[in-house]
Amino acid sequence: MSERYVAAIDQGTASSRCLVFDRRARIVSVAQKEHRHYFPRPGWVEHDPEEIWRNVLEVVDEALAKAELSPADLSALGIANQRETTVLWDRRTGMPVHNAINWEDTRTDQLCRELAGDAGQDRFREKTGLPIATYFSGPKVRWLLDRVPGLRERAEEGEVLFGTIDSWLIWNLCGRHVTDVTNASRTMLMDLNTREWDDELLSAVGVPRAMLPEIRPSAEIYGQAGPPLAGVPVASLLGDQHAALVGQTCFDPGDAKCTYGTGSFFLLNTGEAPARSESGLLSTLGYDLGVGKPTYALEGSIAVTGALVQWFRDNIGLIGSAPEIETLALTVEDNGGCYFVPAFSGLFAPHWRSDARGVIAGLTGYINKGHLARAVLEATTWQTREVMDAMNADSGRSLAELRVDGGMTANNLLMQTLADVLDVPVVRPIVAETVSLGSAYAAGLAVGFWPDLASLEANWHKAAEWLPAMDGAARAKGYRKWKKAVALAVDWLDDDD
Amino acid sequence: MPGRIQSIERAAAILRLLSGRSRRLGVAELAGELGLPKGTVHGILRTLQFVGFVEQDRESGKYQLGAALLHMGSSYLDGNELRTRALNWADALATQSGESVRIGTLHENQVLIVHHVFRPDDSRQALEVGSLVPAHATALGKALLASHRYLAAELLGGDGLMSYTPATVTDIYRLRRELDDISEHGWASEVGELYRDMASIAAPITDRRRVTVGAIGITGPIERLCEAARPRPELIGYVTTSARSVSRELGALPW
Repeated sequence: MSERYVAAIDQGTASSRCLVFDRRARIVSVAQKEHRHYFPRPGWVEHDPEEIWRNVLEVVDEALAKAELSPADLSALGIANQRETTVLWDRRTGMPVHNAINWEDTRTDQLCRELAGDAGQDRFREKTGLPIATYFSGPKVRWLLDRVPGLRERAEEGEVLFGTIDSWLIWNLCGRHVTDVTNASRTMLMDLNTREWDDELLSAVGVPRAMLPEIRPSAEIYGQAGPPLAGVPVASLLGDQHAALVGQTCFDPGDAKCTYGTGSFFLLNTGEAPARSESGLLSTLGYDLGVGKPTYALEGSIAVTGALVQWFRDNIGLIGSAPEIETLALTVEDNGGCYFVPAFSGLFAPHWRSDARGVIAGLTGYINKGHLARAVLEATTWQTREVMDAMNADSGRSLAELRVDGGMTANNLLMQTLADVLDVPVVRPIVAETVSLGSAYAAGLAVGFWPDLASLEANWHKAAEWLPAMDGAARAKGYRKWKKAVALAVDWLDDDD
Repeated sequence: MPGRIQSIERAAAILRLLSGRSRRLGVAELAGELGLPKGTVHGILRTLQFVGFVEQDRESGKYQLGAALLHMGSSYLDGNELRTRALNWADALATQSGESVRIGTLHENQVLIVHHVFRPDDSRQALEVGSLVPAHATALGKALLASHRYLAAELLGGDGLMSYTPATVTDIYRLRRELDDISEHGWASEVGELYRDMASIAAPITDRRRVTVGAIGITGPIERLCEAARPRPELIGYVTTSARSVSRELGALPW
C-alpha cells in the first residue's frame, strides 16, 4: 500500500495555509497565501469570505502539487481557523451577504456596553465562561442583523446563515452547516456546560436560532469534500488555539501551551469540567476529539507580544528585522531598570483594562537602545508570568513546565528569559507548526489514520529546552517592578480621549 | 590592462588584516604588519573611516571593521535572523535523520553555533546555542571553510591545527585537498575527528548572491551516521536538501 497523508488547512488572520503530514507527523509540504484586510473605519477590520475560500482551495492544490500528491493520497482533511471572525451568507446562493467581521474589529463596543448594562461585563460569564467583549462573535452577528436592511427577517426564516470561518469553509467543501464546540464556545451564544446554543443567550444578544450551525465534536467525519478534493473526508474542525493545544498533545489536566505570535495565547487543560476563572481568564472548550469526554481549558489571551517587536522595528526603526532585536538586546547585560508595558489597545488577560495605554517606565540617562530591546522582549515574559499566576490561582495547580510554539520561539534570549521569569522549564516541540498539526491529528484520529492519543504523544519530541537560571531575589524584584509599571499604564484614558 | 592602483591595494590589505583578527588594531600595528609608514596608513584609515568601512574605538583609538562594510558584505547575516529563517527546516532535518541538528557561522576562526535542535529521542540534552567549536575538526566548520578560502588560508597559516583525536586532520595540505573536495561535492563530513565515537555531516547555506552565510548539519555516533566508515548516502541527502531549503528561504535561486 502506498504512503498515505493527512492535510490540514490553517485559515489564519493573515493568511491561509495548507500543510500535509505523514503518519510520523512529519511535514511533507507547505503552501501559504495571504488575503486582504479591509479597514472601512478606524477599529473596523473585515475580510472577503470568498477570497478566503478561493485561497484555501489554491493552497490545498499547491500543497498537494508540491509533494506530487493527489486528493486520493489523503486519508483526511482537517480545518483549523482564526476564531470569532463572523460570516453571514445566503443559504440558497451560498453568497456572503456582507464582508466577514474580523475578531479584532471593535465596532460592537457600544453594543457590548449595552449588553453588559447594570449587570456588568460578567453578565453571561456563568453560562459562557466569557466576559462581554467585542472579541466574540455573537455581538458581531447582532450588529449585522441590526444594520443590514432585511437581514433579520431572512435570518429568522433561516434563509441567511451564520458561521465562523470553520463553518464557512465546510459549507463550501461539503455543503453542511455545522461548527465545532471550540468555535461555538467563542460566540457568547453557547452554554459551556451543555455545549448547546442557549435560548436565554440568543434572546439577550438578539440572534435567531434558525441561522445557527449545528454544534458537533471537533473530530468526526462531517462529510466528503466535493470537487476538486473529490471525496476526501473532512474530519476535524478546531479553533486555531485549540488546535495548537492538540498539536502540543496537552491531553492531561495541568498540561499547558503558549503560542507566541503577534499576540500570545496561553491555554491550560483543566479536564472534563469547565474551570471558572476568578482571575481574569476565559473558560473555554479545549477540544472534543470524539474519544473520551470533551476537555475544557482556561485561556489567557495577551494582545501584544510579537506585535511589540514589529512596532519597535517599523515605528522606532532601531532594528531592520524582528530577529535583530535579540542581537541588539545582547549588547547589554540586563534591562538597566527599564520596563515596557505594551498596552497599545488596553490590557487583555488577566487585567482586561481597556483604559490602559503603553508605558516605558524606569528611564534614566543610563538607558540605551540595548536596554530598550531587553525591555521589549521582557514585556512578553512578564505578561506570560501574570497569566501563569492567574492559571495557577484558578486551577489550584502549579504549572510544571510550559510548552511553547509560534514564531517568537526562534528567539533564544526570549525563551531563556521566559524560563527565568516563570521559574519553570520552557520546552519547544520539534514540530513548531502546532496549529496545523493539531488539526491533522484530530482529522487523523477521526478516520483511524492514528489509532489513539498515545500514538500522537509518541510523535511529540523536545526540540529545545530552556531551564530557569535566575536568582529568586532578582526574579521577585523584576516582577515587583513590572507590576508597578502596569499600575502606571492603567487608567490612562479619559472621557474626552 | 591598466596598472593597479597602489592605494586601493593598500586599503584592501588593511581591511583584510582587520577582518582576520578578533582584536582591534592600532595604526602602529597595521603599519608594522604592512611595512608602511604610519602616516600613509593613517591617511588610508581616515578615508576608510569616512566611507564607513572602518570604525575607530574611542577609548583605545584602535581600528576595527565598520558596520557599513559588514552590512554591505553579503556574507554578513545576523545569526539570530538565520535561526529564525531556518527553524522549520532544521526541525524537519532532525525528524528525518533522528539526529541532533546544528547551524553554525564562522566566528574568529571558529564555528559559532547559532541554532541547535535536540535529537528527537527525549533524552536529556542541553542547548548549545552560543558555544564555539573548532572549524577544522567539524563538518560545519569544513563546509564553511571550503566556501571562505581566504579565511581558511589564514587559519591554515596560523600556529598549527589542534589535534582532538588521532583522526583529527592537522596536516595543512591534506585539509586543503579535503576543502577542494567539499567545494566540488557540496557537503562536508568528519568521522571521529572531534570526539572519537562521533561523526558529523554538514552542507553550506547560501544567500541570494550565492555567498555562504552558514552551514547546517547533523551530529551523531559513528555507527548511526556511517557505513563502513563513510557517511550514509541517505543522511547526506537529508542534509544537502535541508541546506538547499534554507538557502531558498534566504532567497537563493531555486535549483
